[in-house]
Amino acid sequence: MADAHNQWTDERMDQIISVLLRTGVLLACAVVIIGGIFYVVHHKGPLPDYHTFQSEPANLRGFHGILKGVLASVGRNWIQFGLVVLVATPFARVAFSVFAFFKEKDWTYVVLTLIVLGVLVGSLFGK
Amino acid sequence: MTVLTFTLLILICAFCAGLLGALTGLGGGIIIVPLLVLVFKVNIHYASGASLISVIATSSGAAAAYVREGYSNVRIGMFLEVATTFGAVIGAFVVALVSPAAIAIIFGLVLLFSSYLSLRKQPATRGTHPPDRFAVMLRLNGDYPTPQGKKSYTVRRVPLGFAVCYCAGIVSGLLGIGSGALKVLGMDQAMEIPFKVSTATSNFMIGVTAAASAGIYFHRGYVDPALVMPVMLGVLFGAFVGARILPGAGTRYLRILFSIAILALGAEMLLKGLTGKL
Repeated sequence: MADAHNQWTDERMDQIISVLLRTGVLLACAVVIIGGIFYVVHHKGPLPDYHTFQSEPANLRGFHGILKGVLASVGRNWIQFGLVVLVATPFARVAFSVFAFFKEKDWTYVVLTLIVLGVLVGSLFGK
Repeated sequence: MTVLTFTLLILICAFCAGLLGALTGLGGGIIIVPLLVLVFKVNIHYASGASLISVIATSSGAAAAYVREGYSNVRIGMFLEVATTFGAVIGAFVVALVSPAAIAIIFGLVLLFSSYLSLRKQPATRGTHPPDRFAVMLRLNGDYPTPQGKKSYTVRRVPLGFAVCYCAGIVSGLLGIGSGALKVLGMDQAMEIPFKVSTATSNFMIGVTAAASAGIYFHRGYVDPALVMPVMLGVLFGAFVGARILPGAGTRYLRILFSIAILALGAEMLLKGLTGKL
């Protein structure tokens, strides 16, 4: 085990990625379920109109707005926050891969993984 | 319809989609959008937003299992993700430039093509070839577990596979689907990676590909929490149950049936897009 601690093999990397993905999905689901119950219980009035596209209100489109609603215990914002956690899971997986390839001293893949991470982070600023 | 009824109805439909998607290996995402658009009369932007998010959930959940079992090739996945993520960002940008009718038409064509891919006969086993020089350079060759022990494979036509994955990324960002069928096509057919490794690695890539367009979808307001909640939970739970009963299920007829359903939905989407009745 002491040996495994220092050695970064592909197998060990796979194990950690597996745990990371599962944790992210389960955590996201838990938050979405809490928000979903809030929403269904508290929602008054008719069904929202999904047929015409009007975009979402600003407090559900950006991270600050979503977080504000979470602190105010708004069901829809809790769900949206869970979805943000879900989307963050692949980000975390790629970020971890950069670190793991770095530990393996596999420089080609450090560069390739950094490119993917760059595209992911860059996409957050796209509108 | 009350919010509770609507949510429960979508939850049940999404569960069935996830279950069938897992049992047939075609993924549930592909029928979620036509289901929401054609049956529940949801706008195509909201529908693709819900689908995109669900796809991240199911692929990450499935990838967790595949990676642990040693089927996914993390290097192939990382390398091809360069192509799929660039494609996904472009695809998500294009959504704003084309009309919903055009998206429906493209969606219809992708459904028809996917149905063709899954119904046609699988080509016979391939011979042995010298490995591609890119494959050696990028250390893409690997092995995977079989009942007879570990079996190694060599990867071919890397640039072609990369190009197909770039297109798969564009389709994913444009339509809000995982486009697993296209990714598998690139890996299994172009790069001659074993089918099981191709599907497992495709699953591994779908989450990252979809995440690359998710930010743009959020900003544009395509992600409606109240709609995504039942879709995502339903598809994920369905896929989970499907993966559990998969080993004992006779999936051949189910696959044919599901492919025909995709064919019908594809034709309907195409028609709706062409006549502008969305």
